[in-house]
Amino acid sequence: MQAKVMQSRLLELIRRTSSRLPDDVVRVIERGRRREQPGSTAEYALQVILDNIAMARDKSLPLCQDTGTIICYADLPAWLDESAFATSFSRAVAQATKLGYLRQNSVDSLTGKNSGTNLGPGSPSYHLHQTRGRSLLVRLILKGGGCENVGAQYSLPDTKLGAGRDLAGVRRCILDAVHQAQGKGCGPGILGVCIGGDRGSGYVASKEALLRTLDDQNPEPSLAKLEKQIVQEANTLGIGPMGFGGATTLLGCKIAHRNRLPASFFVSISYMCWAYRRDGFALSESGKITRWLYA
Amino acid sequence: MLLEAPFTEAKIRALAVGEMVEISGLVFTGRDAVHKYLHDGGKPPVDLTDSIIYHCGPVVVQEKGRWVVKAAGPTTSIREEPFQGPLMERYKIRGVIGKGGMGPKTLEYCQKVGGVYLHAIGGAAQVLAERVVAVEGVHLMEEFGSPEAIWEFRVERFPVVVTMDSHGRSLHRDVLAASQEALARLL
Repeated sequence: MQAKVMQSRLLELIRRTSSRLPDDVVRVIERGRRREQPGSTAEYALQVILDNIAMARDKSLPLCQDTGTIICYADLPAWLDESAFATSFSRAVAQATKLGYLRQNSVDSLTGKNSGTNLGPGSPSYHLHQTRGRSLLVRLILKGGGCENVGAQYSLPDTKLGAGRDLAGVRRCILDAVHQAQGKGCGPGILGVCIGGDRGSGYVASKEALLRTLDDQNPEPSLAKLEKQIVQEANTLGIGPMGFGGATTLLGCKIAHRNRLPASFFVSISYMCWAYRRDGFALSESGKITRWLYA
Repeated sequence: MLLEAPFTEAKIRALAVGEMVEISGLVFTGRDAVHKYLHDGGKPPVDLTDSIIYHCGPVVVQEKGRWVVKAAGPTTSIREEPFQGPLMERYKIRGVIGKGGMGPKTLEYCQKVGGVYLHAIGGAAQVLAERVVAVEGVHLMEEFGSPEAIWEFRVERFPVVVTMDSHGRSLHRDVLAASQEALARLL
């Protein structure tokens, strides 16, 4: 495949991710709206959100102006090396920024200067792996700053929360994080959680958990149960959409686990806003998009 | 309920927490740079008497010689907490649109001055951009750049929820307290 074909396919992935939410997310937001009291501010907020989702899709414009951290996950087959992929993707990002699919959103932490292209140290955020498969798989998440700011990491035991080193302790941390976030992360939110790992790998895995669809099932039965319980309990807190109060505080919770050191027990929580922009595709060596991964 | 310019103290004092309001008239955008500038004594380039300030860094582009708003959702308001109240008092700013709510200091000034906090739907950049029907001017663009400038937006039926009013009520404070109790019951 020519580099420019790859770049144009990746540009299309960025455009789609920025302007449309996956169906699994839209369905859960719709369910939330039906659950809210008619005429309430919660129902109103969710209706505006649903209108916005439809409008962004129709106009092919960013559904939120904060087009977020660009988190790129790719499984690279034998025919593609990392640097060739990253070059194409970075070029697609700069082009997407020029076309307005992405906001100029990357600032030098020392000088405060905006690069204007979304490129710079650590941007985009790449997570590249080799695969034995024939197709290139690319998954993209755009995660805004408001929700990133309310993420949290706990080190267990936490005496203030009464949280020990077990799933009961993990539950306490997660519910505390939802409460701390209130409406500030543009809820209703979706949580990606990692139990274990180190401080760095824990947060990375918590974001990877957001690659799952909302309607899937965790293969680990104890976590599947905890995920359901968290969503159900968080929705009794009464925080509601935008923190207006209401029954829809959390749309989903996805929990991963990593081994830890005997001395450490971290719970890392990434909060995703309702504008849960996630998309992905499979690309053949000839440059054909063979499958969209999230429909 | 419709809130139309001019945004007089009487109209603002009539608003109460929980009301869903649609704003029509002129609003001024202003975020971090503008608030700091005004707080430090900078001269306002527009008349802020009975005005509404919108915490928003919009995406605005020039098409055929005129400004067109491409995205105009709210930004997090709490960053302006140190400045907002005193500025409301000094210039008789009556309304603040943003997201996430503000703190006790702003709430106190809302009571004192006759002001209100109006919560827009975070992330709804397209719905909100559509309600900006005209851009009537831009100020401090050279100094602060496009997202931080003061944009004069003519809005029609711009949807917000009153979450802090001039009677000392804050929905944010209430929801925090109620959810704290609910959390304590769960834990």
